[in-house]
Amino acid sequence: MFEQLQERLRQTFDRLRGRGKLTPDDIKKALREVRIALLDADVHFAVARDFVAQLEPKLLGEDVMSSLTPGQTVVKHVHDALRALLGGDVQPLRLRGKAPHAVLLLGLQGAGKTTFAAKLALRMKQEQHWPLLVACDLKRPAAIEQLAVLGERIGVPVQRPETSDPVRAARAGMDRARRDGQDIVLIDTAGRQEVDQELMAELQAIHRAIDPAATILVLDAMTGQAALGTAEAFARDVGVDGVVLSKVDGDARGGAALSVRAATGKPILFASTGERPEQLEPFSPDRMAQRILGMGDVMGLIERAQAHTEGVDAREMEQRLFKGQVTLDDLMAQLQTVRKMGSVREILGMIPGVGRKVKEQNVDEKQIGRNLAVLQSMTRQERRDPRLLDASRRRRIAKGSGTSVADVNRMLRQFEEMRRMAKAMKGMRGKMPQMPPLERR
Amino acid sequence: MIWDRWRKGLERTRNALGSRLRGLGRGAEREEVLDAVEEALLLADCGLKVAADVRRALERRAPEDMPQAFAEAMMRIAGPQEPLRWAEDGLTVWLLVGVNGAGKTTTAGKLAMMAKAMGKSVVIAAADTYRAAATAQIAVWAERAGAEIVRGAERQDPASVAYQAIERGKAKGAGLVLVDTAGRLHNRQGLLDELGKIARATARALPGAPHEVLLVVDGATGQNAVAQAQGFMGAAPLTGICVTKLDGAAKGGSLLAVREALSLPVKLVGLGEGIEDLVVFSPEEYVQAMAPNWAEIGGR
Ligand SMILES: Nc1nc2c(ncn2[C@@H]2O[C@H](COP(=O)(O)OP(=O)(O)OP(=O)(O)O)[C@@H](O)[C@H]2O)c(=O)[nH]1
Ligand SMILES: Nc1nc2c(ncn2[C@@H]2O[C@H](COP(=O)(O)OP(=O)(O)O)[C@@H](O)[C@H]2O)c(=O)[nH]1
Ligand SMILES: [Mg+2]
Ligand SMILES: [Mg+2]
Repeated sequence: MFEQLQERLRQTFDRLRGRGKLTPDDIKKALREVRIALLDADVHFAVARDFVAQLEPKLLGEDVMSSLTPGQTVVKHVHDALRALLGGDVQPLRLRGKAPHAVLLLGLQGAGKTTFAAKLALRMKQEQHWPLLVACDLKRPAAIEQLAVLGERIGVPVQRPETSDPVRAARAGMDRARRDGQDIVLIDTAGRQEVDQELMAELQAIHRAIDPAATILVLDAMTGQAALGTAEAFARDVGVDGVVLSKVDGDARGGAALSVRAATGKPILFASTGERPEQLEPFSPDRMAQRILGMGDVMGLIERAQAHTEGVDAREMEQRLFKGQVTLDDLMAQLQTVRKMGSVREILGMIPGVGRKVKEQNVDEKQIGRNLAVLQSMTRQERRDPRLLDASRRRRIAKGSGTSVADVNRMLRQFEEMRRMAKAMKGMRGKMPQMPPLERR
Repeated sequence: MIWDRWRKGLERTRNALGSRLRGLGRGAEREEVLDAVEEALLLADCGLKVAADVRRALERRAPEDMPQAFAEAMMRIAGPQEPLRWAEDGLTVWLLVGVNGAGKTTTAGKLAMMAKAMGKSVVIAAADTYRAAATAQIAVWAERAGAEIVRGAERQDPASVAYQAIERGKAKGAGLVLVDTAGRLHNRQGLLDELGKIARATARALPGAPHEVLLVVDGATGQNAVAQAQGFMGAAPLTGICVTKLDGAAKGGSLLAVREALSLPVKLVGLGEGIEDLVVFSPEEYVQAMAPNWAEIGGR
């Protein structure tokens, strides 16, 4: 419905061009666009209004008024202000007091508390802690079972409640940690609406009973205007030390992040980015600012790619590429990297607005799998020197990989293409050539 | 009447708007009133377009006509009440789809209860074979509602679970098969494809199925609801929406934006975690509850 802010601002300023210097009135028009973009990204009404009011004096400054590209300059100011409001730098989780440290998780129903409990436990374990998961959701059917399954999956013990009282269940978890020596106790509570006073009182009782080292609010990134009131209520009634934004792997713009910051003033600690326990990332104000502006999570993509190319000696590969010496081994490594990064469509889907287009283009995931199977059915020698691949070898490979000779040929053609591109880039400085475009179905 | 509970919840919006308007005092400028109405709609997650459309509808109206104009404009957007679709005769199949944590499983339990109360025999397909303990969760609901459950093994193809459940429903002459699916985000094409496959499997098991494909949306969802509806629509032919968790502070206005963008009607409203906390959506009640307290506005 609404294009990227940058594009809209460009249009706004385009209309004003040719009239010489920008006037304060033009800036007002730009501010209106900013406000619309914020509201469309689900930033709370009052937060958006205050944000724009605070931005105005900055935009009236000389650099915007005299800029040749005022649209870009405004976006830069907006981005910087958003980033600052979101907390500036990445914030770590801090635990008060001495072990065992209780971490209390709160939030609405379905927010992602139980999943996050497992994620944090896994992370703690990897950081040489000894966590204990405590099931205190005695309300939602099979909530205990859910946590038990997740605990088993990540190899972290789970304390099952022996009572129907969540306060006693939480206390029992603390007792067990003291007895068994776990240093982190993660308390998974039942989801609740902040308007439900009885359940909010229950949460206060749990809080009093365990005196947590940190209390974390889990909030769905798709939340709209209600995010502000929800965060305010949990902070007021129970106290919140930090926030986790969940389902960030979706394509919501995530304006709720801004509302929560405004409501609590507490840092957003993590972004939960999938259903699996390892899908947790430190929250990056920079990236979230870009996302709210509709600029896409470009940094996130780059980081994911980097994380998965570790192990492949990228520099060596690059050098061979520039010398035009790529081999099928390199292609295999590249395809495996793509595989490990997750589905291509999934990755492209992280960019707002791109998701749907990708769908139309129908990136062929199966093709990657087929190509990999073909490559894996070759001998090392064949991968080093594809000239060896005569008709009978191709038939053997097709059979071994469960594909057809046509699939083998198609893969080899793509490889030739890649090699040609590499040769063309010989001597040039710059980026590694990419795989030729994936074939459409 | 459970609607009363909901109206009480929505009272909060009305009061918020009421006091905003009261602040303006009698004889307030038309612009101020329009601003206040627009603000209230934005705060209810209706989105920029719906808020602007309603504002435009009020713009040229005399103050005494405004309540009427507001109700008309909102009703135009909310559309008429649309009933749940049943098979002409024999077995009916409803599919529940939506993003993670929206309330699909709970709604399946509530719908099973509703159908049982109508004297129908119900089979539930536990077609979420992915999430931890999902089957155990829906089994509890099936038991509460007195419905039969057909389970798949962990990681079993959900389409085959749905198929089996319909076969079972046919064999025992059941009235309704409810298919509870795993939560999935609408930007995951692979998962949407899987959903398409589930829908096709139900059609193969029973011509004419699924009779309803209900998108379950958390009532606190913001403008992303539109993207959700678009995404799921591409995977399976959605027939309606169930908005959940309207017992909370959220107003579910984003579903009006969905209705405007895709003409997809809200059919059900979830109002709590109890098995009876489900009502048929009434556009009139909803619009009435969203209306400001006009008596407070100046000029009347
Ligand atoms: N307050 C309230 N809570 C609800 C409502 N509907 C569902 N819930 C709660 O929301 C949470 C998620 O509900 P589920 O039914 O498990 O949602 P789901 O869509 O099946 O979730 P996944 O299968 O995990 O994607 C649970 O804690 C439910 O008890 C409602 O109308 N009001
Ligand atoms: N895609 C995605 N799904 C998530 C994420 N976090 C949780 N979920 C899913 O959302 C649903 C609700 O999560 P759960 O942890 O049970 O929420 P709780 O009710 O707050 O404990 C489950 O289906 C989870 O698998 C996330 O970051 N991304
Ligand atoms: Mg939970
Ligand atoms: Mg479910």
